[in-house]
Amino acid sequence: MLRVCWKGAHAAARQCVCGKVKAHPLQHCRKYSTAGDSGSSAGKIVAASLLSVGGGLGGAILYAKWDPKFRANVEKSVPYSDQLFEMALGPPPPPLVLLQKKPIEPLQIFSLSEASKESKQPKDKAKKSDPAPVEAPAAVEEAPAPTAQTLEEASVEAAHIISAIGEVPSVPAPGTSDESPPGHTAAGEECKDHHEPELKERPAEEVTARLAQQDKAEQDALALTLFPTLTAGLEESLGSTAKTTLQAIGAQEAALTAIAAHTNKLKEAMDSETPPDEKSSQWKALNEALSDRTRAMEEAEEALLKAKGELENLRGVINSAKQSKINTARPQILAAEENLHSMIVDLDKVVTKVQTAQTEAKIVSQYSELVNEAKAQFQQELANITPETQANWKGLSGKLSADDLTSLIAHAHRRIDQLNRELAEQRVREQIHIEVALEQQKLEDQKALERAVVSTLEHSREDMRLEQEKKAQEVREVMEAEMRTQLRRQAAAHTDHLRDVLKVQEQELREEAQEILNSKMMEQETHYRRLTQEQLDTFTLDMNAAYARLKGIEEAIDSHVIAEEEARKAHQLWLSVEALNYTLRSAGADFPTEPLEGAVGVIKENCAENEFAQALATAIPEESLSRGIYSEASLRARFYDIRRLARRVALIDETRNSLYQYFLSYLQSVLLFEREQVAPPAKLAPEDLDTFKLLAYANYSIERGDLELAAKFVNQLRGESQRVAQDWLKEARLTLETKQVISLLSAYANAVGLGTTQAP
Amino acid sequence: MSEKELGQKWDHCLADSAIKFGTGLGLGIVFSVVFFKRRTWPIVFGTGLGLGMAYSNCQNDLRSHYVLHSKVAKEQ
Repeated sequence: MLRVCWKGAHAAARQCVCGKVKAHPLQHCRKYSTAGDSGSSAGKIVAASLLSVGGGLGGAILYAKWDPKFRANVEKSVPYSDQLFEMALGPPPPPLVLLQKKPIEPLQIFSLSEASKESKQPKDKAKKSDPAPVEAPAAVEEAPAPTAQTLEEASVEAAHIISAIGEVPSVPAPGTSDESPPGHTAAGEECKDHHEPELKERPAEEVTARLAQQDKAEQDALALTLFPTLTAGLEESLGSTAKTTLQAIGAQEAALTAIAAHTNKLKEAMDSETPPDEKSSQWKALNEALSDRTRAMEEAEEALLKAKGELENLRGVINSAKQSKINTARPQILAAEENLHSMIVDLDKVVTKVQTAQTEAKIVSQYSELVNEAKAQFQQELANITPETQANWKGLSGKLSADDLTSLIAHAHRRIDQLNRELAEQRVREQIHIEVALEQQKLEDQKALERAVVSTLEHSREDMRLEQEKKAQEVREVMEAEMRTQLRRQAAAHTDHLRDVLKVQEQELREEAQEILNSKMMEQETHYRRLTQEQLDTFTLDMNAAYARLKGIEEAIDSHVIAEEEARKAHQLWLSVEALNYTLRSAGADFPTEPLEGAVGVIKENCAENEFAQALATAIPEESLSRGIYSEASLRARFYDIRRLARRVALIDETRNSLYQYFLSYLQSVLLFEREQVAPPAKLAPEDLDTFKLLAYANYSIERGDLELAAKFVNQLRGESQRVAQDWLKEARLTLETKQVISLLSAYANAVGLGTTQAP
Repeated sequence: MSEKELGQKWDHCLADSAIKFGTGLGLGIVFSVVFFKRRTWPIVFGTGLGLGMAYSNCQNDLRSHYVLHSKVAKEQ
């Protein structure tokens, strides 16, 4: 019965842990059945077993009622017990918050992320190497980057210089080009401005200037040619006209005298009754006188004509002189005019005298003519009377016959009678005749008066004109003098003004010239400077280009050197990492590798400047450095021991750690049948945290070479199993860490090597 | 190694139990012979005592990790 009890207890224990076998609850077997009752019948056995079962159930229910924990346990392990309990006892009490639940969740997440990989270590390595190459190329790129950078910098510098050169010539040129035209235009404008006021001013001064010019011209002319010629001409003409006029006057006077003489003579001849012989002489004298007179008259006429011509000439000359507008000749002109006028006046006087004389003479001649006519008539009559004597009257005296004489006397008497009658008539008509004659005379006198008046008027007009002219001349002279003074003053002022203006103009012109000069100089200078600058710039450009190239070459070489250095370092690193890897292989079956110190030290030496490698090298755990690590194979081998041991102490933990539990645990491990290797699920559920399951997963993982996953599962062990597996876990961790670091290092070394490798 | 610890403990346990068993047996025999007229019970008692001690020691040894050690803080 003890065996039965034990069996039952074992079954209960199994059930508690595995939950597969329906068994009675774990309980101190209270049922003591009498041992050695072999003679009981089957019925008794059945009854006993039924009783025991019933008792067990009832006991379980009662205990469950008392202990809710027990109830929960049983419900958990026995499939339909919860329904039974519910039926019997009612709903279960509210469960207490289990603190155990919490750590399960992070485990789940962790296991999820891990389990989702389903990765073997190389894959992990590959994934770990991804960040490494990313960093390595970054580190490697730095090396070629400086070369490119320097080249770029050099090119940028060159571009800057070129642009600066391009800018430099353009800067002064606009300045000069801008300066010069404005300068020019400004100067031009200034000039124009200067000119314009001067132009504006000139019209005001023009008159005075022109007057001065005229003066000067006049003076020049006077000085040079015209004045003497004019005066000479005037004088000449004056002289000639005076001469001719005098001549004319003389001639006229001579004519006058001749006329007077003639008339006298005629009168004498007419009036006087001279003896006939004297008469002939008288008549001769008369003829002579007549001829004289005619001659004198002719002469006078000629002279008059000449004089008139000369006068006209003189007048013309005077007019021309007037027209020549030489003011200084004016008095001469005036004098000439006066002379002319006086001459004309004299001439006219003389002419009037002559005319009066002529009229007298005419009267006398008329008288004489009448007498002659009478005589002729008488003679005719006589002739008529005495037709024989056709001879001229004068030579007739000797040849007269008595008949002729008587006829003649008769005729004469008749004539006397006639004449007496006529005389009487005449005396009668005397008054009328006198009146007529007076009227005639009046008329003639009037005419003469008119003529005289006219002539005097003319003369007076002429006089007035002359006076006026003289006065005008005087006034003009005065005015001229005044004007001259004023003009002189104005001229002085003008000269002053001109001087000032000239000074100003000079100043301005000088400034302008200076400015132009300056601008030209500036232009030339800038041009020169530009040329030199261009030269300099081209030279600088060339130099810069050459320098840049040199720099580029140097940089390239340096970068090459650097790259080679880097490559060498990478190579060294890789070699040292390879050495490290090699040392890992020195692990034996049960003993660890050599201490990795040496290899890691070498690595640290080789990559003294590489921070990443340094960090990684320092990240290698101390243990592995000093003692070395176990190989995976050894760990695997060890795992089996661990597994076996862990299975054996699966039940042992803080609560259960008596020897009995140990025995139970051992029994469990012996009796529990399960698959040795179970593929771990993607998600780890709380029920998977069973030791056996965990070990199965770990076994599976480790068989597949996934030490990490196995370690993770082993890490989930609790209780004594955990204690047992601790060392193994530590070793596994160490190995994993070191392997991880080494893989990182090798990946890094590979990456660096790749990076520094320059494509041919 | 932690896995060896258990084995060591067990070895120790067994050794200890053997010793204790033997010693118990011996003492039991001695006592039985000397004091209790060759009765069986001292031998059994002694053996049982020995085994029990051994068991207890074994248990304690195996349990030692889980047992909380307390200290009495000295009053200041």
